Amino acid sequence: MIKQLTCIECPVGCSLAADIENCRVVKVSGNKCPRGEAYAVSEIENPVRVLTSAVLSRGLDLKMVPARTDKPIPKAKLYEAMEALKKICVTQPLAAGDVIVPDFLGIGVDLIATREAGQVKI
Amino acid sequence: MIERDLVIVGAGPAGMAAALSAYEHGVRDILLLERDQYLGGILNQCVHTGFGLDYFKEVLTGPEYAGRFIKKIRAVKDIELSLRSFVVSLTKDKVLTYLKPGGLVQIKAGALIMATGAREKTREMIPIAGTRPAGIFSAGLAQKLINIEGLLPGREVVIVGSGDIGLIMARRFTLEGAKVKGVVEIQKETRGLTRNVVQCVEDFDIPFYLKHKITRIYGRDRVEKVGVAQVDENFNEIAGSRFDITCDTVLISVGLIPENELLEMAGVELDKKTNVPIAKEVNKTSIDGVFVCGNACKIYDLADSVTRDSELAGRMAAEYIKKQ
Repeated sequence: MIKQLTCIECPVGCSLAADIENCRVVKVSGNKCPRGEAYAVSEIENPVRVLTSAVLSRGLDLKMVPARTDKPIPKAKLYEAMEALKKICVTQPLAAGDVIVPDFLGIGVDLIATREAGQVKI
Repeated sequence: MIERDLVIVGAGPAGMAAALSAYEHGVRDILLLERDQYLGGILNQCVHTGFGLDYFKEVLTGPEYAGRFIKKIRAVKDIELSLRSFVVSLTKDKVLTYLKPGGLVQIKAGALIMATGAREKTREMIPIAGTRPAGIFSAGLAQKLINIEGLLPGREVVIVGSGDIGLIMARRFTLEGAKVKGVVEIQKETRGLTRNVVQCVEDFDIPFYLKHKITRIYGRDRVEKVGVAQVDENFNEIAGSRFDITCDTVLISVGLIPENELLEMAGVELDKKTNVPIAKEVNKTSIDGVFVCGNACKIYDLADSVTRDSELAGRMAAEYIKKQ
């Protein structure tokens, strides 16, 4: 079976054709770079996305601290991740890249800050 | 009056790249003015990924992309930063007046780079009939409310136009628990990047109405519903195709327009339709020594392209200063 996909790895957005046999991708065509092939395989066999959002803070100079998962997570976990994310409140200053929640959702990814947040300046 | 070799207005991706590039090309007296209290401009509210693949060869979010430049800017002591500084006037002799905490400052610039970015087009710029209730936002404003202020401006959303910010907001609202009931685009193709249609609209099974337009916004105090109709090649409504979508919020995402009122004030020639400065070369204006870069110069799809464009503007300004 051939499945048509649009690659989302970069702004070019190649049209991909994934040849699927028994739920496995055996051949990818239409990609202009190797990322396209990896994307097609992942999209068919285990679709994943990096979750980006923002978490609440108290006592910091940003009301919301933008955050993301450091690795892609299964697409099916996005809503569960958002629910967990809404319960978080950051109170300590952070630098971009600092871990907010290690082993987020227990699936081996960290939730990291993407912007520095400092103490409120008085 | 105080004179500065180079003044840059705006410290988003364009202004920061221009400042760093001008420094690398030998300018040692740079004043960077920013009206916000932070560097980074609109990147700070773009918490999604999709930045940096071209420039840094890695996938970054907006704040991370901005952070790389903020770090560099802070390390260069010859770039003086002035935050919460709002330029209120500009003359053809490159005299700037700006407000900052503590007062009004007037300076003369040897060379000037305008990196003032763009504004979103509003409801008033596309013809939509109906009332003027609460609940109509430009997509970028909704983005700021959610990502910076932590407020969710609506529960049931219809997005007008398929610009990238609108597509990104379709996903953002959905993840925040709101229901996005449709993206309505009058053209036959998306205005945004195809990958944003895939990862922001199709991923969440959001109805995408191509060749459709909003005929009317209904609601007295708050938006109650919108009328939608299919259009033909000339964008005229196809009879009998009209239907309503109930919603409490309408997002407008129909493109950006360069924010060049200061250049206009200084007498720079602007294209009346696009608001882009008219000049013989890219990044130049009709006034010698006044340069423009980033979205103020041309609306870019990618921040990475803004950075590259602005680096050229920084170099051009440095060469101009050397010749004086």
